[in-house]
Amino acid sequence: MSAAIALPAKVEKKKTREGFGRALVALGEADPRIVVLVGDLVESTMTSFFAERFPERFIEVGIAEQNMTGIAAGLAAMGKIPFLATYGAFATCRAADQLRVTVAYSDLNVKIGGAHGGISVGPDGATHQAMEEISIIRSLPNMSMVVPCDYWETYKATLAAARHQGPVYIRFGREDVPVVTAEDTPFTLGRGEVFAGGEDLTIVACGVMVYEALRARATLLASGIAARVVDLHTLKPLDVALLERCARETGAIVTAEEHQVNGGLGGAVAEAVVRAHPVPMEFVAVMDRFGQSGKPDELMDAFGLRARDIVVAAERALERKRKA
Amino acid sequence: MDPDTMTDAGADSAHRAGRLAWPAERLRAKALEIRRDIVTLLAKAQSGHSGGPLSCADFGTALFFHELSVDPANPAWPERDFWHFSIGHVTPVIYSLMAERGYFPLRDLMKFRAFDGHLQGHPSCQDTPGIEVSSGSLGQGLSVCCGVAMAARLDDHPRRVYCVMGDGEQQEGQIWEAAMFAGHRRLDNLCGIVDYNRKQIDGDVEDICGIRPLADKWRAFRWNVIECDGHDLDAVLAAFAAARAHRGQPSVILAHTVMGRGVSFMADDYRWHGKPPKMPEAEQALAELGTSYAAWSARLLAGGADRDAAPSPDGVGP
Repeated sequence: MSAAIALPAKVEKKKTREGFGRALVALGEADPRIVVLVGDLVESTMTSFFAERFPERFIEVGIAEQNMTGIAAGLAAMGKIPFLATYGAFATCRAADQLRVTVAYSDLNVKIGGAHGGISVGPDGATHQAMEEISIIRSLPNMSMVVPCDYWETYKATLAAARHQGPVYIRFGREDVPVVTAEDTPFTLGRGEVFAGGEDLTIVACGVMVYEALRARATLLASGIAARVVDLHTLKPLDVALLERCARETGAIVTAEEHQVNGGLGGAVAEAVVRAHPVPMEFVAVMDRFGQSGKPDELMDAFGLRARDIVVAAERALERKRKA
Repeated sequence: MDPDTMTDAGADSAHRAGRLAWPAERLRAKALEIRRDIVTLLAKAQSGHSGGPLSCADFGTALFFHELSVDPANPAWPERDFWHFSIGHVTPVIYSLMAERGYFPLRDLMKFRAFDGHLQGHPSCQDTPGIEVSSGSLGQGLSVCCGVAMAARLDDHPRRVYCVMGDGEQQEGQIWEAAMFAGHRRLDNLCGIVDYNRKQIDGDVEDICGIRPLADKWRAFRWNVIECDGHDLDAVLAAFAAARAHRGQPSVILAHTVMGRGVSFMADDYRWHGKPPKMPEAEQALAELGTSYAAWSARLLAGGADRDAAPSPDGVGP
């Protein structure tokens, strides 16, 4: 079952949002119900591919994310499968009430592509570095949420979102990120994937932090520590069975996310683990602070979102496991 | 199923699919029943909004029993028109119209806002058959209707889309995002209706955050504006006809109404926006409306899915 993802020797980098944009075209070819909406961010969200191929099914709404969310809901109510695209900050925080009442409470088949998630958005600074989406979306009943780790996973998540009946949020970043999966790596909405085996502890990661987790695993392995790496791309519904198994089999968990620590991946995993089989946990995340301008690499370093931060957290978790 | 044929057939049953196209006189009688339903269900629930539902009762009756092409027995009928109340708090009138039109049994109205009923305080499409999109947080409905109108355009479908808004609701920014979009896209299959009763929960709209000149605002957003007396059914029918005939722009009907219309002590008093009548008040209101709580609640409770079988104690109605 495990996907067995090795750390690539030569790292190819690609934008996750390009996976979204390419998948929309594939979906558009196969299903006339697919409609794409954008709020004045055609190039940034890479919905340009769809716009060129299917101009009649492409709706440029302008700078009005709340309105766009409602329009998508109306399209879905009439049997269309709308994908709306904007920056994550606006898709969630700006249109939070529209998502809550019109989309989620109505359980409408709206798909949301939230671009520019995470601190690695870089120079635009705090306003455009969305780091709250998981907390917000996870708290809304009926919603599903995916935070894919690379180009191929974003591509597959987008296809899966279209197949799923109900609202789905897909989060992607701005930067080119390492491609760690392949076209044929398994992807099932709602199921985490064990990317690398290990019995000493589990690193549960999503988004670009999956790559950092694989790097951390290599470092830990050099010290004789075997870390399991789980790509928990679906934040909702959560793969509780897998998390319970990892807690039981490895006895310690580190979560890693490019997102606020409150209510994100770490919170979701902790809620599941506490119920099923409590074990020591450590969290690698943005520690309850806003972002700032800077180069993506500088910011990932400064905000403690690197493989070395995962290694430190893993050592802390192992220490607690030994004492327990 | 051909809605036009249905209209021509005389449409005696309120269940019929298609447009009923009832004449104004018959709508007046039905609007009186709707007001009795509203007061009765509010009195039973002892919770809910009185003022807005009563101001919407006349044009609402015209919408459901004249204008809309729907099939209450099959709410997902593909040929249906789309209706949506962006003002979700006027559920007393929405549910009364739906029950009288045949979406669900009249007796369900006696479980308004009740734990064991399906009629939520604000419309929920996951609970009530015929509600298509939930509402209750103001300002969101016109965007939904823009999406429905866009879907009809994509499918080359003749569906018409009706969105009921409040005048206080015009203070919400999203209304104007949607208005700008619909005007830009020339969505002439879309018709907005503003319940212009000049009151909101805290007082007079013009005292709180004035919306005048409202007609000019909609015109500036490239809409066809139609103004009418929202209680004059001949005028309301003419307004709907004008909206249907207008091409190249969405239309908005500014329906000038009186909050609490039909009940003397509620009329034009903002304090009745958000509260139900206590039982003695309900009795007085129902007496003014020509019935009593005992008689009208008995009618509702006896009202099953077969609307025509329901007794009408006062001889009013079908």
